[in-house]
Amino acid sequence: MKILVCMKQVPQKDAPLKLNETGTWIREDVSYEVNEPDAYALEEALRQKEKHGGEVVVITAGPARSQQVLREGLAKGADSAIHLEDPGFVGLDAFNTAKAFAAAIKEENFDLIFTGLQSDDYGYAQTGVVLAEIMGWPHATIIMQIDKQDGGIKVKRELEAGFFQHVDMPLPAVLTIQSGINKLRYATLIGIKQAKNKPLRKVTMDEVRSSLGDNMQKIEKLYIPQKTKKTEMLTGSPAEIAKQLVEKLKNEVRVL
Amino acid sequence: MADTILVVVEQREGKLNRVSYETLRGAQSIAAETGWTLEAAVLGSGAVVGEIANEIAKSKVAKVYALDSATCVNYTPDAYAAALKQFITDKKPTLVLMPHTYQVRDFAPKLTTSLNRTLISDATGYRKDGAKLIFVRQMFQGKFAADVSFAGESPFFATFQTGAFRGDQVENGSAAAPVEKVILDVPASAIRNKPLDIFKEAKQAVDLTQAEIIVSVGRGIKEQKNIELVQQLATALGGVIAASRPICDSGWLPMDRQVGSSGQTVAPKLYLALGISGAIQHIVGMKGARSIIAINKDSEAPIFEIADIGIVGNLFEIVPPLIEEVKKAKGA
Ligand SMILES: Cc1cc2nc3c(=O)[nH]c(=O)nc-3n(C[C@H](O)[C@H](O)[C@H](O)COP(=O)(O)OP(=O)(O)OC[C@H]3O[C@@H](n4cnc5c(N)ncnc54)[C@H](O)[C@@H]3O)c2cc1C
Repeated sequence: MKILVCMKQVPQKDAPLKLNETGTWIREDVSYEVNEPDAYALEEALRQKEKHGGEVVVITAGPARSQQVLREGLAKGADSAIHLEDPGFVGLDAFNTAKAFAAAIKEENFDLIFTGLQSDDYGYAQTGVVLAEIMGWPHATIIMQIDKQDGGIKVKRELEAGFFQHVDMPLPAVLTIQSGINKLRYATLIGIKQAKNKPLRKVTMDEVRSSLGDNMQKIEKLYIPQKTKKTEMLTGSPAEIAKQLVEKLKNEVRVL
Repeated sequence: MADTILVVVEQREGKLNRVSYETLRGAQSIAAETGWTLEAAVLGSGAVVGEIANEIAKSKVAKVYALDSATCVNYTPDAYAAALKQFITDKKPTLVLMPHTYQVRDFAPKLTTSLNRTLISDATGYRKDGAKLIFVRQMFQGKFAADVSFAGESPFFATFQTGAFRGDQVENGSAAAPVEKVILDVPASAIRNKPLDIFKEAKQAVDLTQAEIIVSVGRGIKEQKNIELVQQLATALGGVIAASRPICDSGWLPMDRQVGSSGQTVAPKLYLALGISGAIQHIVGMKGARSIIAINKDSEAPIFEIADIGIVGNLFEIVPPLIEEVKKAKGA
C-alpha cells in the first residue's frame, strides 16, 4: 500500500503564545512540534507498511521551519517527503489547504491518505474530509484501528461516550486518525542519519496557486478569551496553599 | 427571498441527539437578532424521522422538514452529504447550523465542499457586527478565541460546540410548527462505506460515574512514574484516580480511567484536576462536578475558566504538602 501522511507543524504545547501586531495570528517566534494526532497517523502508516509492504510519503504545507516535521517523519521510517513551502500556506483555510495538497499529489497514486483528526492550532477538524471530497474518495474519521481485507479495509471509528463502530470501505480512501490508535516510536540515530539522504520534493506556492481560491472564511481577530466565571485563586507558599485547600475541603466542599 | 436559518438536528439510531436543542437555542437567538426565519430539518429513513420532526416542531420554529431517504437508514457520510446537498440546493437557506458532534464532523466538511462552500466548525458563540455575522471559536486548544466571518457566498455553514448554548432554554412555539415530509433520492450506488456493528469495548472495570471524589491527572505529570504521587493523594482523600486522554493514550493509566467526550462522564462532589489544561473534550466529561479544583502552572489554562478554586503553581511542589495536610485532617 502506498500511504500519504499529512503532517502539520504546530506550536509546542507548553509554548507561551503571543499575538502578532495585527491581532489576527500568533507571533511565529515560538518552538514548534508535530501536531499530535499527525504523529499517530504517521505511526499507523509505518505499521501498515511493515505489515503489508508499500511506501509511506509525508507531506506538509508551511514555511521553511515546517520541514522539521518531514525530517522527523523520514527519520522514523517514511520513504520520501513533499514540502509545500511558503509562509502563505499557514493562512489557508481547510478548503484551500486540501486543494493545495490535492494539486501537489495529482501525479501520484496513493491507496490511502492519513491525516490527524484535527490540528492543535486551528482545530478545524476538516482538512482530511475536504481532501477526500476533492479527490472523490470515500473517507472515515476518528479512526482507532485499520485492517486490510479483500477489496479494501475495515476501520474502527470512535464514536462518542465510549462507543465504536466498524466500517468496511474500498480503497483509495482518506482516514483521519485519532490519538492513541497505537504507541508512538522514537526516531533512531540511524534513522535520523538515513533521513538526510531520502528524497524531499519541494512544491512552491506558484505551482499550486491556480488550484486555490480565496479563503471563504476569515479570522477577524484573535484574543484571550474573557473569563466568565469567578474562580477563587489560592496563593502563597506550597505549604500555605496546602493548608488553605484542606480548610476548603473541610468547610466548603465538605469531603473531609 | 427572505433569509432563512436551517438547523439540521441530529438523529442517531432513530433517536434525537439532545445536543441538537443547544444548536436550536443558538439559532433562535440569531433569528431573533436578525429577523431571519428559522426552520429545522431531520434526516433519516422511515417513521422515526416524522416522530423526531414532530418533537422538534414543539419548539419555536417556522417549519420542520422530515427528510426521508431510504439510503439514510444507517448513517454514512456519502448518503447524508448527498441528501442534504439536494435539500439545501433546493431550499437555499442563508445559514445552516448543526451541532459539532462526531457524526457532523464526519459529513459536514464533505457536504460544504461538495457545495463549494465553507464551514466554520466548533463555534462557541456568535456576535452580530453591523450586518456581519461573526462566529466565535477556540483556537490553540482554547488558549485563544477567534472572531471568524464568512467571506464567500451563502449558504453559510457553522457547527456549535457542545455547551455553547443552553438546550433547556429553547423557546417553545405557541402551537406546533408545520412538519413537511420531503422524500430525497440518494441511490444506493452512491454509498461506498458499509457501516457495521456499533459496540462498546469489553466491560469497563472502573465505574468513575459513581465516585464522590476524583483526583484527575493530565499531561502536566510529565512521566509515568509520577502517577504514583497522584495515586497517593487520591488514596489520602479516599477518592479514585482518573485522567485526561493523553495519559491513557500513553498507557500510563488504563482507558477506563479516562474522563471526557470519548471517556466517562462524571459528576463527583470533588474533581481535583492536576496538570490538566481543560480542553473542551475533557470539560464535557467533568463540568457536572459539584466542586472543581484545578492546579496548573499556567495561569491562562482554560481549566481555570470552569474551576471553582484555582491554584497557579507547580503540582510537584503543591501535591506533597497537600497529601500531608489531608492525612493530618483525616487523622484528627
Ligand atoms: C475527538 C476527540 C476526543 C477527545 N476525547 C477526550 C477525552 O475523552 N478526554 C480528554 O481528556 N481528552 C480528550 N481529547 C483530547 C483533548 O483535546 C486534549 O488534547 C486533552 O484533554 C489534553 O490533555 P491534558 O490537559 O492532560 O494535556 P495538555 O493539554 O498538554 O495540558 C497539560 C497541562 O499541564 C500543565 N502543567 C504542566 N506541567 C505542570 C506542573 N508541573 N504543574 C502544574 N501544571 C502543569 C500545563 O500548563 C497544561 O495546562 C479528545 C480530543 C478529540 C479531538
